[in-house]
Amino acid sequence: MMTYETVIGLEVHVQLNTQTKAFCSCKAEFGQPANTQTCPVCLGLPGTLPVLNKQYLSYAACVALALDCKVASLIKFDRKNYFYPDLPKNYQISQYDKPLAANGFILIKTPEIPQKKIRILRVHMEEDAGKLIHTANSSLVDYNRAGVPLLEIVSEPDLNSAEEAYEYLKQIKSILEYLEVSDCDMEKGSLRCDANISLRPKGQTKLGTKTELKNMNSFKGVRNALNHEIIRQEKLLKEGKTIAQETRLWDESKQKTSTMRTKEEAHDYRYFPEPDLVPFIIDEQTINSIKAALPELPYAKMPRLIRQYGLSEYDAGVISSDKHLALYFETAAKNYPNPKAICNWLTGDILNYLNSNNIELEELTKILAPENLISMLQLIDNNTISGKIAKEILSEMLATGENANEIVKKKNLSQISDSALLEKIIAEVINEQTKVVEEVKSGKDKALMFLVGQVMKKTKGKANPQIVNSFIKEKLKIN
Amino acid sequence: MNINKNTIEYVAKLAKIQLDLQSLEDLTLQLDKILHYMEKLNQLNTDNTPITCHVLELKNVFREDSSLPSLPNNAVLSNAPEKEKGHFKVPKVI
Amino acid sequence: MEITAFTASQLLELLSNKKISPKELLSAYLKHIENINRKTNIFIHIDPEELIKTSKNIDTEKTLLKGLPIAIKDNICVKNQLTTCGSHILKGFKPPYNATVIDKLQQQGAIIMGKVNMDEFAFGSSCESSYYGPTRNPWNTECAPGGSSGGSAAAVAAGIAPWSLGSDTGGSIRQPASLCGVAGLKPTYGRISRYGLIAFASSLDQIGPLTRDVRDSALLMNIISGYDSKDSTSANMPVPNYLNCLNQDIKGIKIAIPREYFISGTDEDVKAGVLKAIDVLKKLGAQLEEISLPHTEYAVAAYYIIAPSEASSNLARFDGVQYGLRETARTSDAENPLIEMYSKTRANGFGIEAKRRIILGTYALSSGYYDAYYLKALKVRTKIAEDFKTAFKKFDCILTPTSPTGAFKLGEKLNDPLAMYLSDIFTISANLAGIPALSVPCGFTKENLPVGLQLMARPFEEETLLKIAYAYEQSTEWHKKMPEL
Repeated sequence: MMTYETVIGLEVHVQLNTQTKAFCSCKAEFGQPANTQTCPVCLGLPGTLPVLNKQYLSYAACVALALDCKVASLIKFDRKNYFYPDLPKNYQISQYDKPLAANGFILIKTPEIPQKKIRILRVHMEEDAGKLIHTANSSLVDYNRAGVPLLEIVSEPDLNSAEEAYEYLKQIKSILEYLEVSDCDMEKGSLRCDANISLRPKGQTKLGTKTELKNMNSFKGVRNALNHEIIRQEKLLKEGKTIAQETRLWDESKQKTSTMRTKEEAHDYRYFPEPDLVPFIIDEQTINSIKAALPELPYAKMPRLIRQYGLSEYDAGVISSDKHLALYFETAAKNYPNPKAICNWLTGDILNYLNSNNIELEELTKILAPENLISMLQLIDNNTISGKIAKEILSEMLATGENANEIVKKKNLSQISDSALLEKIIAEVINEQTKVVEEVKSGKDKALMFLVGQVMKKTKGKANPQIVNSFIKEKLKIN
Repeated sequence: MNINKNTIEYVAKLAKIQLDLQSLEDLTLQLDKILHYMEKLNQLNTDNTPITCHVLELKNVFREDSSLPSLPNNAVLSNAPEKEKGHFKVPKVI
Repeated sequence: MEITAFTASQLLELLSNKKISPKELLSAYLKHIENINRKTNIFIHIDPEELIKTSKNIDTEKTLLKGLPIAIKDNICVKNQLTTCGSHILKGFKPPYNATVIDKLQQQGAIIMGKVNMDEFAFGSSCESSYYGPTRNPWNTECAPGGSSGGSAAAVAAGIAPWSLGSDTGGSIRQPASLCGVAGLKPTYGRISRYGLIAFASSLDQIGPLTRDVRDSALLMNIISGYDSKDSTSANMPVPNYLNCLNQDIKGIKIAIPREYFISGTDEDVKAGVLKAIDVLKKLGAQLEEISLPHTEYAVAAYYIIAPSEASSNLARFDGVQYGLRETARTSDAENPLIEMYSKTRANGFGIEAKRRIILGTYALSSGYYDAYYLKALKVRTKIAEDFKTAFKKFDCILTPTSPTGAFKLGEKLNDPLAMYLSDIFTISANLAGIPALSVPCGFTKENLPVGLQLMARPFEEETLLKIAYAYEQSTEWHKKMPEL
């Protein structure tokens, strides 16, 4: 039986979150009324000229360096010529033969593969197009998005599964978020992804015929579309059929891809140097200062978290994957001696709560300040509350924003530290459970646990089980 | 280089200009003559000559990332052949 | 003397001394326009009532131009006024913004009279390709005024505007200036903002003045020159006071005469006019010497690849979506109604020369031909620019005829595009090299048609041109001649 290898390359388009557009002074805001964020320049009115946004170039260079690319020393723009109503000038200012940067890589890992290097072929700058709304007999054009600064990140065909592609995207997103240069919201379109995918018999070096997948609107959509396409291509190949080189659209509702109807029109973009923009020089010094100013990125942060805090590789991976989570962790760890405990609460109850309530990680500090988490942990440490009660208190803290001490006081949740009271309750239980007491004396651990449980029940969980345990043992004179 | 009607037809399609048969024929003849004249450039050896895209040696012309007011929607649409709900309206894109 | 025979500087003096009000001056022009425009078809968009209103609200105290009117080529955007590039495809287009030069003029109290005719999208050397019909040469209405700024040159020659703005991509200011007997200056690329000039070929286009004499050119240059943050290709360099250079001595100035510009095919009367001018300059103390600009003969070929290539992209935006003409499919069940709208709009909106150049340029950029045509032309452009750099190491100025002939008959070259292209042979190189060049009248042909003298200088040395041209003008009477209409 022939087995196939999947080969995937991704083209990611990222909107950079500069205040203004790439070549004019209109705001690059999302969600405004149609054609209100436009001016003669981004409308491409006759006679207007582009002027490059300085921040755009510096954000772009930042991303390129974070992706370990080599940034070109001379940057120029080209015109890509094609007719489409969302393109006000019927050409797009882009970069052709000399992209901003090339030859980078990122590292990914999946459950199957511990670490893999995915090469970045090129990173280039281009302006975004407007948006079309299709009605029954016509299309409506909104140019608010026209001219918003984009970065296109093209990977080498180094990805061999939908899972790898998914991880690659997550990694790209994580890096961009660390750099604070993009919202990376696929649903809003600030991050878009097209995929080239082909299959080839295992062991063969020559690439198979590829299809291009478009119209995926979420990371999961990319993964599903690729998995669907792998199965589709594999089936065709096993039947001895050939794959048509074409563009296919992912239909999220039907969970399948289908051929995009295109007229047989050659793509002849007639690229040529944009005469309205002059070249841009980025010297070594600038490159070095951008590099020096880059924040610690996830792939550097992860090993450090392991080293510095003794986290497991898994935990360090989870914590470093998100900038906000990592910042939260490190802020808390600075003021609390047990980083592992912080990590457990963060990756456990706290992440669960945020996920199930659809709360962004960036909001976490607002709902639960790190020092509040620490004061809760300290209540556990000094035996004021039990771990069980702590879970209860934490969810209350997350829901209301109150601090742990207040909740403990308000709900009278502190552990019974009055040993006379505790001894009285234990005596009661021993009197009631004579049969079980006998079992305990004969050495049955389970029976002891039962007695502890009974005490906990009577104290409504407010006793410290370890203390109860030792008190019972003392009372019954067993070791 | 000889240019033929097929090429002109292809180029006119790229340029989105509908040509009737007469114009197609005229243009083919005229462009053939013009392009023949252009061949004169091949007499020059330019193997080691750099290209000139810009005559001035200007570099790094930027603007700061600060916004200015956009045009009001009615000004944006003031020349529109067809409009609807603040949008430009065009025949349906297929 | 008719008021319309005055130069802009003379009129400015009258306005300054309150000998005439802006409204009176404007009314005199409007009357003259009514008379002349019928015979010449120079103004294509003008709104007399609106103009009169404007003329009443001019600040004559604090502004430099005090209500002096100016004619504008139809490819320069004036806010909320028809700007059509002499093309049907821009039918009804009123830009919602001003070109930078218009802002500058209005800030100095100029009255924008209206739009004057041009070859469609500046594609031409005769002003015949305009959708609004040809403009006629005021010296002989059977003749073309030259182009593409034919309307701008004819308006000044006919005295229906004191001065005007044109644009020059391959000679479009200088050639019509020569054919109409006025002064025309194409400044250094980057000297004047292109913002608001509807692009023909972005790497070649420059706006410039057309005036009755050299002093007026210097005056207008003072107002429209300078860096503009809206144009990435405008030079951030100080602007001198161009009037200051006018009375300077030209003794010892080194002027080169390139032999490639005196080839066969140049009209004998043109040669004679230029040779006489050389004598005048010699008498003024200039040192003239023959040189060679060896790549001159390749300029037309390189230009007619580069310019149409850029134009094919610049003109892609005229598609019927946002403004101007829109033609739609006749049947609603067209296979692809959008493509049909594009192709019909562009087929009906563009004239034949525009189509020719768009197709030529699209071809030169299309895959498979790009290297052979476009890249090759950009390399030849380097060689042509190097010719000039070498010459300017030794010489301050280069002197040539502006056009190989005087004004030609309307229709004469209309069906032979290559012959039309070759009429730009002497002016194109300055655009390819980005250097400033100026044309001033230097005589007449036997048919009593003006002949022009072209001077070229180093980048940003417009002062050299103005100084030499002014000294020449002071020794001759050509600039004072006016056609009888």
